[in-house]
Amino acid sequence: MTTTSTIRHHLTDPLLIAYAAGNLPEAFGLAIATHVSMCDDCRARLCAFEAVGGAVVESCETVAMSEGSLEAVMARTSAKNRASAPTLARSTVPSPLSDYIGRDFSAVKWRPLGMGVRQAILKTGPGASARLLYIPAGQAMPDHGHRGMELTLVLQGAFSDAEDRFGPGDVEIAAEDLKHTPIAESGVPCICLAVTDAPLRFTGLIPRLLQPLFRI
Amino acid sequence: MNLDAPLLDRSYTPAQRWVSIHPAVLGARNERQARVSTGKVEVDWAGLLIAVRDCQDKLAFAQIFRHFAPRVKAFLMKSGTDAALAEECAQDVMATLWQKAHLFDPARASVATWVFTIARNRRIDVARRARRPEPEMLDWGPEGEPDQADVYEIAQESKRLTAALAGLPEKQKALIQRAFYGDLSHSEIAAETGLPLGTIKSRIRLALDRLRQTMS
Repeated sequence: MTTTSTIRHHLTDPLLIAYAAGNLPEAFGLAIATHVSMCDDCRARLCAFEAVGGAVVESCETVAMSEGSLEAVMARTSAKNRASAPTLARSTVPSPLSDYIGRDFSAVKWRPLGMGVRQAILKTGPGASARLLYIPAGQAMPDHGHRGMELTLVLQGAFSDAEDRFGPGDVEIAAEDLKHTPIAESGVPCICLAVTDAPLRFTGLIPRLLQPLFRI
Repeated sequence: MNLDAPLLDRSYTPAQRWVSIHPAVLGARNERQARVSTGKVEVDWAGLLIAVRDCQDKLAFAQIFRHFAPRVKAFLMKSGTDAALAEECAQDVMATLWQKAHLFDPARASVATWVFTIARNRRIDVARRARRPEPEMLDWGPEGEPDQADVYEIAQESKRLTAALAGLPEKQKALIQRAFYGDLSHSEIAAETGLPLGTIKSRIRLALDRLRQTMS
């Protein structure tokens, strides 16, 4: 997967800073790392924020290391430090995501949500959840609002909602209280990585009844 | 030809790739040497880490260790780690610095920044035992190498950033430090750091463009 020069919707500074600082739940980290793999603008911004981390370390007052610590570290380092870089086969999905789902979408265990919409929940640590959504071309997602923050990264196809159009690599950041109905564009099915720090709230009756069953 | 020797107060044979130094760097070095009498000697940290990478240079590593290990230990203690664990982790970080020297790209990060990212990842491993999804790795491959002017500029920009951080009002500086110690959640992080990050972002962006060209 290479850079998409057509990306129009990027990550916010606070998200990149929190990721640079190592203080985001795993599910958000996955979405950030996947977007950054596709977007060199955000990669440059991330590197700049990491440079701030470097400045913080540089300006730390020092705490003396224990006696013999340098020798202890030297004893652990082998003479050969250059590990051969793994040759990565080109994969359909960016590597941070392929660590979770495999090299493409063929091995994903989708579960139907109705009207052709499918999802697969990814196993991530506490604090937020991540799932893949599959929306057939031209199909609308169930109407839903949010209790927390939701971050939706388009991996394939495109969707539009009242706000804008989102294509491959674009990320939509939906804050609390945003009610939206994303509709997948005609053409290929839309596949997104959606991350949220609170359960979604569907406004339709049937999806609401299904919610506990499907953990959506 | 051994341009580093007077600055580093030691001598080593630079690896082949380090011999070609951009004229801009040369000029700057002479200027820096001229300033030695008025200020501190500036150390070429990236050059030292490249010497570790290419020549397994133990003296270069010892110099990096003496500067950064006590700072990493302090940084980890600020992040809430007790002294004994901070010592152990700081040793791990320095060992990783040696082992992963081949992944260091001086056109995208200063040594301080690289050290920070290793320390951050170690902190995440220890504290949460959670995975940290990382962006797809980009490297120059066996043929390519970063532009020396880019390398020089990144080192300079990182120094400017450290100075800018030190010059911030105390309250603002403390907020940035706390964010990077891992004390602030995403929603507590302010969008505006107050640091001049524009130049370093565009520098890194240019280096990424060059890297993409060698990759394609």
